[in-house]
Amino acid sequence: MNILANPRKLRGFEQFVRPIKVEKVSRRSMLKALGIAGGFVLAAPVMSRPAFAAYQTGADKMPHGTVVDPRVFVAIAPDGIVTIVAHRAEMGTGVRTSLPLIVAEEMDADWSRVRVQQAHGDEVKYGNQDTDGSRSTRHYLLPMRQIGASARTMLEQAAAKRWGVPVTEVKAVNHEVLHDASGRRIGFGDLAADAGKEQVPAIDSLKLKDPKNFRYLGKGEIGIVDLHDITTGKAGYGADVRLPGMKYAVIARPPVTGGKLGSFDSADAMKVSGVEKVMEVKGWPWPSKFQPLGGVAVIARNTGAAIKGRDALKVTWDDGANGKYDSVAYRAMLEDAARKPGLVVRKEGDVDAALKSADRVIVGEYYLPHLAHVSMEPPAAVADVKGDRAEIWAPVQSPGGTREDVAKTLGIPEDNVTINMTLLGGGFGRKSKCDFALEAALLSKELNAPVKVQWTREDDVRHDFLHTVSVERIEAGLDKNGKVIAWRHRSVAPSIASTFAAGTVHQAPFELGMGLIDMPFEIANIQCENPEAAAHTRIGWFRSVSNIPRAFAVQSMVGELAHVTNRDQKEMLLELIGSPRIVDLSSVKDPWNYGEPYSSYPIDTARLRRVVELVADKGGWGRSVPKGHGLGIAVHRSFVSYIATIVEVAVDEKGKLTVPQVDTAIDCGTYVNPERIQSQIEGAAIMGLSLAKYGEITFKDGKVQQKNLDDFPLLRIDEAPLVTNVHIVPPGPDTPPSGVGEPGVPPFAPALINAIFAATGKRIRALPIGKQLET
Amino acid sequence: MIKLKINGQEHSWDGDPNLSLLWFLRDEAGLTGTKYGCGVALCGACTVIVDKEAARACITSVSDVVGREVTTIEGLHATGDHPVQKAWRQLNVPQCGFCQVGQIMQAAALLMENPKPSHDQIREAMSGNLCRCGCYQRIENAIHLASMGV
Ligand code: FES
Ligand code: FES
Repeated sequence: MNILANPRKLRGFEQFVRPIKVEKVSRRSMLKALGIAGGFVLAAPVMSRPAFAAYQTGADKMPHGTVVDPRVFVAIAPDGIVTIVAHRAEMGTGVRTSLPLIVAEEMDADWSRVRVQQAHGDEVKYGNQDTDGSRSTRHYLLPMRQIGASARTMLEQAAAKRWGVPVTEVKAVNHEVLHDASGRRIGFGDLAADAGKEQVPAIDSLKLKDPKNFRYLGKGEIGIVDLHDITTGKAGYGADVRLPGMKYAVIARPPVTGGKLGSFDSADAMKVSGVEKVMEVKGWPWPSKFQPLGGVAVIARNTGAAIKGRDALKVTWDDGANGKYDSVAYRAMLEDAARKPGLVVRKEGDVDAALKSADRVIVGEYYLPHLAHVSMEPPAAVADVKGDRAEIWAPVQSPGGTREDVAKTLGIPEDNVTINMTLLGGGFGRKSKCDFALEAALLSKELNAPVKVQWTREDDVRHDFLHTVSVERIEAGLDKNGKVIAWRHRSVAPSIASTFAAGTVHQAPFELGMGLIDMPFEIANIQCENPEAAAHTRIGWFRSVSNIPRAFAVQSMVGELAHVTNRDQKEMLLELIGSPRIVDLSSVKDPWNYGEPYSSYPIDTARLRRVVELVADKGGWGRSVPKGHGLGIAVHRSFVSYIATIVEVAVDEKGKLTVPQVDTAIDCGTYVNPERIQSQIEGAAIMGLSLAKYGEITFKDGKVQQKNLDDFPLLRIDEAPLVTNVHIVPPGPDTPPSGVGEPGVPPFAPALINAIFAATGKRIRALPIGKQLET
Repeated sequence: MIKLKINGQEHSWDGDPNLSLLWFLRDEAGLTGTKYGCGVALCGACTVIVDKEAARACITSVSDVVGREVTTIEGLHATGDHPVQKAWRQLNVPQCGFCQVGQIMQAAALLMENPKPSHDQIREAMSGNLCRCGCYQRIENAIHLASMGV
């Protein structure tokens, strides 16, 4: 098979070799593996995933689709070490372990003899690498199984030939191929060279393992491959790359999005010990996509000197058209827009008539502010540009996109760009955008030396691609019996599309499809509208994206309706979800559905109901709680998974809130590693509580008013829920896999808000909670 | 010329004596295990042990640690088997892992001072260490585990 490790490419990666575990392959075995790879790679055609699959996903509609080829993903060295390529970005979900584990499972490889090799950014070779949208397991479970099964088949064929027996008589078991009849056995390492000469089997001829024989999948007993290195400080993130002769840079960027550099005076900066140079960085006009904002770079012998040098710079800026962006005024504008008709994006029945005839109309208007991602690792990247070649080391979620953008930005062929994927110290969507890598590339080109660009936390807070700000207004009409007969949801928020196209005032289908037009309730008259809103800063994907405001609004409204109709929240919720059915979205022009075919991934209210029932059962819904405590529930389908959360909150006399217990039930279909599902959901509760309590970025005079973790606080351990329980729905035999990284966040805040209402009678309709509970 | 002792080894520095220990460690000494997360003592990612106490390297200058022993994650345990590190692995604490070095150093310092910390003591001692991925429940459990001897 093939091995990726090209010794030249390891330059600057000395520390990364450890996490990638390549160094445990002896030099001899590595060279042999490379030798085996020889003509093999050249001969390898790129195959697309075939149609025989038991379920269809949107994987092949992603740029560059999927590549199912063991010669691209698997290498076996003569000493038996199996190297499996991880081609997606690791930002804490465990994907760098889970995807190779799937291959190992199907190969019947022994995990202790498997090494994981991180791929470069190369989507032609590996297929789509954009690690975003909670898609990795969903799109790659089947392809990775097929890759493993192909490799296993090739090993079995090679063994059968060597023994002169029919291939049906041999079987791969635990890193060996066995011939039961004769008791012969031969290790994967001894078969590697011969297996490499075997033809890659046709995908529809592959026999996948029976899940009941799985050793690893679905068990959660395998720790992440980076565990030892993370706990010993050896794990390599973007900023940990060091190259000989490397310069350190920090950049002063225009404080207003779309602003430009006026003038700068570098005299004082140049006096700072360790500062070597001050230079302009090219910026792109707004909307600037992922291109750099421009500004002034300070180049120094270490990051500390560069930061001090930047502090000493005197810079003037030309703020441009967004210099008036003001969050107070903008909120009023959004509220105003939400109170008037807007673009209709879903319509069933006659909402106006039904609201008019309703016995009562309940209105909920909810405000959710901008959020910054603030991954613990601020953006950082290293670039080494020489002539028409560029090599980048960066914590990017989309190494393929980064490669394209670096090539375009430098005006060089994509083939001349190498993107080395480091670990990501958190991503949450921020690192889907490679602006920081482009900055490093531009500076390295100018300086003709390797450069590391480090964003300070202040840079990160002030120049993020922010989570949108929105007003969500829901009007629900009730008949005399308290049944909801009309539902109008107006959602108004600047769109992510505004970062790419000037004049954008409506949400894109992928945003409308996150909890607005896909709202699953069984109500006769439904209308969803999207009034206009223009953006005045860079808007981007933030973990769970528009699902955060939509789930907040819809699930808060369920709580409000339960209260006015004097019903239990959970009963109200189940009544609104209605009968178990596949939701008919034929009235929606583009249901988007997370890019997945509706046939494999419909909105199934039976599954939605099941997670509600499960969490209610396991989480003790309706249990009696001490005075000042309250229980709240919320459910939401996102990234084609179903998640319900119950929060128990305690609010003391002063309005201080604590969370004694959280229970979450998740139905994410077939899964690989339940232990990592659990950790993602535990983390989602923390992120949900963090954004509910504190999350808010505001603007004045076009500038972000927050700067660091004091004025954009994150939840700390002393405020964390005391217990978070995760209940995973066992998958049906054919349930396709669905998302895990993001879906945990959206139901948390509304469950919390409903719990606060139960505890205090106070309904919070704007986040963050901040001081709203203080008495 | 400033002389520093880091993980038992001598280092010298003839640049700015006010350079923060964090950037000295990472950029000058090549000890990149210690992380940058905020630069102003708000996140704990840069936590190291100076003599026997946890310190934020980002607000400690190189000259502050002259004549003192600095221990970074690279020097916490030769084979990475400090009880805290072992407990962390046993409970699969990390997600992205970026904050974990700081968490581990803080936890190691806590256990030096208080070998059997209570729930409240753990939460208080660890409250300066942020984890955006939200591994707090496991961090607390791992400290309990380490305090019991893994
Ligand atoms: S970097 Fe030192 S506390 Fe954040
Ligand atoms: S594990 Fe990612 S920040 Fe803590």
